[in-house]
Amino acid sequence: MSAQFVIGIDLGTTNSVLSYAALSDEKPHVQVLPIPQLVAANTMESRPILPSFLYLATADEVTSRAFSLPWNEQSAFATGYAARSLSAEFPDRTVGAAKSWLCHSKVDRHQAILPWQAPASVPKLSPVTTSQRYLEHLVAAWHNAFPQAAISEQHVVLTVPASFDASARELTREAAIAAGLPQGFVSLEEPQAATYAWLDAVGDRWRKLLSVGDRLLVCDIGGGTTDLSLVEVAEENGELTLQRAAVGNHLLVGGDNMDLALAHYVAQLFEEKGLTLDPWQSVSLWHSCRNAKEALLSGTGPEAHTISVPGRSSRLIGGLVSVSVDRAAATDLLLGGFFPESQLADRPAKSRAGFREIGLPYEADTGITRHLAAFLQQSLAGSRLTHVLFNGGVFKATALRSCLLQQLQNWFPDSPPRPVEGPEDLDYSVSRGACFYGWSKLRGGVRIRGGTARSYYVGIETAGLAIPGAGRPLKALCVVPTGMEEGTEVDVPSDSIGLIVGEAARFRFFSSSTRKADQPGDQIARWTPEELFETDSLETTLSAAANSDDDYVPVRFHSRITELGILELWCVHESEDKRWKLEFSVRDDADA
Amino acid sequence: MGRIALAWQILTNGKFAAKVTGLLETPPPAIVMAAPPKTLAQTKTLAQTKTISQTKPLRSDAISLLAALQREGRLIDFLKEPIDGYTDAQIGAAVRDIHRDCGQVLERQFGIRPVLEQPEGSSVELGSKSIAGKIKLSGKAGEAAATSGKLVHHGWQSTKCELPVWTGDAESAGVIAPAEVEVR
Repeated sequence: MSAQFVIGIDLGTTNSVLSYAALSDEKPHVQVLPIPQLVAANTMESRPILPSFLYLATADEVTSRAFSLPWNEQSAFATGYAARSLSAEFPDRTVGAAKSWLCHSKVDRHQAILPWQAPASVPKLSPVTTSQRYLEHLVAAWHNAFPQAAISEQHVVLTVPASFDASARELTREAAIAAGLPQGFVSLEEPQAATYAWLDAVGDRWRKLLSVGDRLLVCDIGGGTTDLSLVEVAEENGELTLQRAAVGNHLLVGGDNMDLALAHYVAQLFEEKGLTLDPWQSVSLWHSCRNAKEALLSGTGPEAHTISVPGRSSRLIGGLVSVSVDRAAATDLLLGGFFPESQLADRPAKSRAGFREIGLPYEADTGITRHLAAFLQQSLAGSRLTHVLFNGGVFKATALRSCLLQQLQNWFPDSPPRPVEGPEDLDYSVSRGACFYGWSKLRGGVRIRGGTARSYYVGIETAGLAIPGAGRPLKALCVVPTGMEEGTEVDVPSDSIGLIVGEAARFRFFSSSTRKADQPGDQIARWTPEELFETDSLETTLSAAANSDDDYVPVRFHSRITELGILELWCVHESEDKRWKLEFSVRDDADA
Repeated sequence: MGRIALAWQILTNGKFAAKVTGLLETPPPAIVMAAPPKTLAQTKTLAQTKTISQTKPLRSDAISLLAALQREGRLIDFLKEPIDGYTDAQIGAAVRDIHRDCGQVLERQFGIRPVLEQPEGSSVELGSKSIAGKIKLSGKAGEAAATSGKLVHHGWQSTKCELPVWTGDAESAGVIAPAEVEVR
């Protein structure tokens, strides 16, 4: 059976969306799939967004089938809106931000560790399995709507943060295959997907809206993360082309942090009035602050906004407590805290704490403008920025958008960057753009060229006199250069490396988003922690070679980027026709 | 199985929902395309659910709506609370959130829009199309064949009807909001 649809899936940190387009249509007609889900116990609704939360039901809830779904009647968990509303009240039973854990190389992402620090009585899940559960829900929703178009037969595009490294991408892939996505599904970086959604919206007009040499910043601020990319407009054979030139680091700061900051401030106002909120009311306050943020930062909002928190009893008005929040104070708090005015030369502050627990590495500096300055300084290298594309629900608060735009224009006063023209779709564009990309890939259309966003390195211990108590000096051998394109492979020039037969060979593995000039075979002896970032190590086990008495075999590295954008590293025998694939070892790094 | 299968049918099959609830529903496009041909298995499900709905009635959709308005906007708490003792300011403070949250429920489930798009106070042509039920005439309505008039109220209509589907037991079918007990 051949594919009938292209499907674009945005597996978000806080929200997931599935879009699709029928391949039988002349033009891509991208639609968002309504997703049947629980919104409360025993209550199902179809909504376009599936919040990426997972609530682990109690034994009573399982037996009373409070969270049963047509495809899972004895469900021991709930995903979607029901889980999100339960998350605030039962943090110990709810998993959130599973996706941020996927790229957290300090923990074993196959181990059942979520909800993080939950009591032993709560059943736990691994970050990979949690992601699989969300995807399974989306797959079930798809099969419910289109029972005759099995998802395994369709063209599926799944988005990942541009800042995800190779091992986080591999883990996402693992969850996706386990959830039933086709083996040949394609990954696409989220900021690129947002750009494709814009290209779909403006059509061929983009060639008039952008010109050669333009540089477009894609600024995607989601609920929990900020993802940055830079796209360059070039020319090839008289045609305009788009090239993804750089991606930012994974920043764990987003809209939820802003809501919480406002809630914290408002809770203090309540305390000044002698009112202490109980935990349940704090949840309600968070919800109120989410709405208040948009009203207070809308640009035309009232000078003061009343935030009221109801009591839990049925006496609504009687139990209500209110404070008036000054618009200027809220603006100062949010803009000052998250979008502080800064210089292009500013850098994010580092955590000064000598010890921090192993939980998610939230940004020590919440100043998104400072992270942005660092990214632009590094990726523009003196050239000018002309356009910006905003994405993510945060930008519904128009004051945040104008503040960020003002900041960019202050940095580049000679040619102030401006927002791209065209309609905006802040919540669904990543999924819709992924779908449009899948369509263009099959039926022809504009493509953003990217290649790998980073360069990759294998750590090699250098030969030399062993010094007791000190490890041998380590060199980093570049195996994949920045911008290596899909469907290409390269032999890495190096001295021969001896691998011991019958034992697991392990290599430390590094990536860099800054060293763009390094070529395969280049060796680096010294680097700063900002330059090279260590991720999961690689390993392979060599079966004993039958016709060889040697204890070790001499190999060289060979790297390959598949058509689907997956990085593969191989050890190739120097003289015989033998090769071994290196796999990410996410398990043993947990205790690192 | 049967109860949830029925609930499922209502949630995802617009035509079936309309039959069950007696409401005219406009299903979202995905689900129109989704309507699978009636296979033997499906006819069977329909037949099964019919018998189940006779013996074990589903909760009325009206209660599901009340539950949604209470869950998301605390409307029942508000309407059931005696308000004589409160000042207008106290009531006003509560109403702002109820107004926003209940409004979101109505928008999501019914997509309420004016019947006539023209601004109130403007002149509207009545044309020759049937207006029964859509437009109520007042003033000198009975005197001659009316051709135009002033729009006094633009009217309201629902453009969809997507109510939540409830999968609980018969015993709790009348519960709008469960009682809450904090375990210590």
